[in-house]
Amino acid sequence: MPLHKRLILCHFWLGFAGFLAALVLGEWQMFIRSPLHAWIGDPEWYYRAVTGHGTAMAYVLPTLIAMAVGYFMTETSLQRPLTGVRWAWMGFALALLGTIVAVLPVAAGRASVLYTFYPPLIGSAFYYIGIVLVVLGSWIWVALMSVNLRLWKRENPGQTVPLPMFMNVAGAYLWAWTSVGAAVELLFQILPVALGWRSTIDAGLARVFFSWTLHAIVYFWLMPTYIAFYTVVPRAIGGRLFSDPMGRVAFALFLIVAMPIGAHHLFEDPQVGGGFKYLHSVFTAVVVLPTLITVFTISASVELAGRLRGGKGLFGWIGALPWRNPIMLAVTFSFVLLGFGGAGGVINMSYQLNTTVHNTQWITGHFHLIFAGAIVIMYFALAYDMWPHLTGRALTCYGLMRAQLWTWFIGMLVLTFPWHWVGILGMPRRMAFYDYTDPNLALEAIPVIISVVGGAIVLVSGFLFLAVLISGHRAVRAEPGVYRFSVAVHPPQRMPAALNGFGLWLALMVGLTAVNYGFPIVHLMATPGTAVPAQQVGLLR
Amino acid sequence: MMPPHSNDLVAKAERAERRWATVAVVVITVLVAAASFAGVHQATMPQSRVETADPRTLHIVGEFIESNLGSALEPDGSVMVRVVGQQYAFVPSCILVPADTLVTIRATSADVVHGFLISDTNVNLMLVPGYVSTINTRFSKTGDRLMPCHEYCSVGHEGMWARVKVIDHETFRRMAANRQRLSCAPS
Repeated sequence: MPLHKRLILCHFWLGFAGFLAALVLGEWQMFIRSPLHAWIGDPEWYYRAVTGHGTAMAYVLPTLIAMAVGYFMTETSLQRPLTGVRWAWMGFALALLGTIVAVLPVAAGRASVLYTFYPPLIGSAFYYIGIVLVVLGSWIWVALMSVNLRLWKRENPGQTVPLPMFMNVAGAYLWAWTSVGAAVELLFQILPVALGWRSTIDAGLARVFFSWTLHAIVYFWLMPTYIAFYTVVPRAIGGRLFSDPMGRVAFALFLIVAMPIGAHHLFEDPQVGGGFKYLHSVFTAVVVLPTLITVFTISASVELAGRLRGGKGLFGWIGALPWRNPIMLAVTFSFVLLGFGGAGGVINMSYQLNTTVHNTQWITGHFHLIFAGAIVIMYFALAYDMWPHLTGRALTCYGLMRAQLWTWFIGMLVLTFPWHWVGILGMPRRMAFYDYTDPNLALEAIPVIISVVGGAIVLVSGFLFLAVLISGHRAVRAEPGVYRFSVAVHPPQRMPAALNGFGLWLALMVGLTAVNYGFPIVHLMATPGTAVPAQQVGLLR
Repeated sequence: MMPPHSNDLVAKAERAERRWATVAVVVITVLVAAASFAGVHQATMPQSRVETADPRTLHIVGEFIESNLGSALEPDGSVMVRVVGQQYAFVPSCILVPADTLVTIRATSADVVHGFLISDTNVNLMLVPGYVSTINTRFSKTGDRLMPCHEYCSVGHEGMWARVKVIDHETFRRMAANRQRLSCAPS
């Protein structure tokens, strides 16, 4: 049972509030730059909205959901109350304060630098300070996850760490290390300039530090989703987890190879040499492995559920699955979107193909499939699954949940497929205006309109989600019982030490990052004349 | 509830797991091998040298002074194009290149980060102030192409579009005989 329900609910609600606001901004951006709308007059509003959308979706939503799920998993899987609740509230307060401090200058149009910062453009110092506060809050969470696992291990010597907690702590360590790149960029490069202490910045080096964070952050977003795949889905659909150790192997692999691959965002950049680009490309291929392992293990677990429900034959088990169960729908949609998004990712990773699509709408389509599609759908599923345990009320509006999941899935497909297409045609991302009367762009008009429709479907789905959660707070009181996790077909008795702790994996994680990032960073720091004048973003008013 | 599991079934499950792991490793190996082969054999590696250029003095010294921008016919018959990206235009704003000729593009930024993309081609670069971006390409068809800046460069970003005009090789050679640096930008 989660004991600190209010703590967990507050995290969920802050995350989802940011998510809904950003969802509205996203659809507005798509509309005003489509052929359905004329020139907006002041393009700054568009970039302001993109900054808000990205900041809320990339930093606020996943961080708060990871923290909420982390606290929930700690209390339910270790079956002991969270140690350090006061610290947890402090972490939440920092995240809340940081969100407000970051959003205000964005709303005022003083920090339209997009969530990816793009120095030498510089916005209001408060924007960066706000993001640093959110990250500091999440670091408290990382420390709490580590401390709680250590205390449990001391109380249960020699026992196998429960799978949900193992995965949860792996995600926390992954975040701790991946956030270091952007933290260095913010604290040592951007903030001194934003505060007026320095006037120049090495934009190339800043991009290298940001790439350190930029890729592995996606795996941090992914962690709650993968935790749900392994520890929630098989139980929720009446199956068994096919293999517990393979789950641990997948998460250990994420720790090692999620990090030293970020330079694949820099394939077309001039400040990293070809050798390291190649190295990062190869490691990016390896990161496909934990996902393929997961796809196998979860598909096998789902097949077990179908067979336990009486499904027979090569495909008969598919029909026997509980298709009216929202979690069943969610995991299916998530896998389909992960399949498309993952295939796109393999294309981006191959640098020859990347030159065709780099920084076009293709990329926007790709990461919306992965994040807004595969990942966020499981955030919905987690909320639906955990809500009765947090509110102490029944959540039984299954029809509404199914409608919400279907609309999100369909909306995402209608949104992202045209984006991929116009990306191949060469349409750049993030522009406040496109001149569709140009014969070279005219072909893009119809697909862009289709994707606006997809965005509208997604927006409706977002508000259906809100309706489900609110109805959960108003339903009749009901005792939800003990929160249970998936049981493995062969529950592990003794786990090899390497899969019961993190020492080896953390050493490899830091070591490989040093190998793959050490030289490019030292090289740029040692190269003279790379610092360039910073420039305040926006118009002087 | 549980299917009766004998050692036989356990062995079967492990075999399936191992088969899948093998397939996964083979798929990844083939992907990496294909990229490596294309990279080395067809010379399609990403740009590999790190070169610097100070945006504060671009207009005074070095290869990016204004009179040196545009397309130049090199002694070996290839064409060198030098471009500067700045808020919110490329210089030159229309790039003239011959078809079926090796074209080397060297570009940099005079202020912030810009993107450099020529539609219907594989030309795609980031322009980062302080550094020089380079790419080799060959245009197979004549005609006009768009060249948008694809990276956010502050609030006028949406207006930063240039054009590329690909003309036939002979016409380009004739024009290059009269002028050192060519472009199709209105003068």
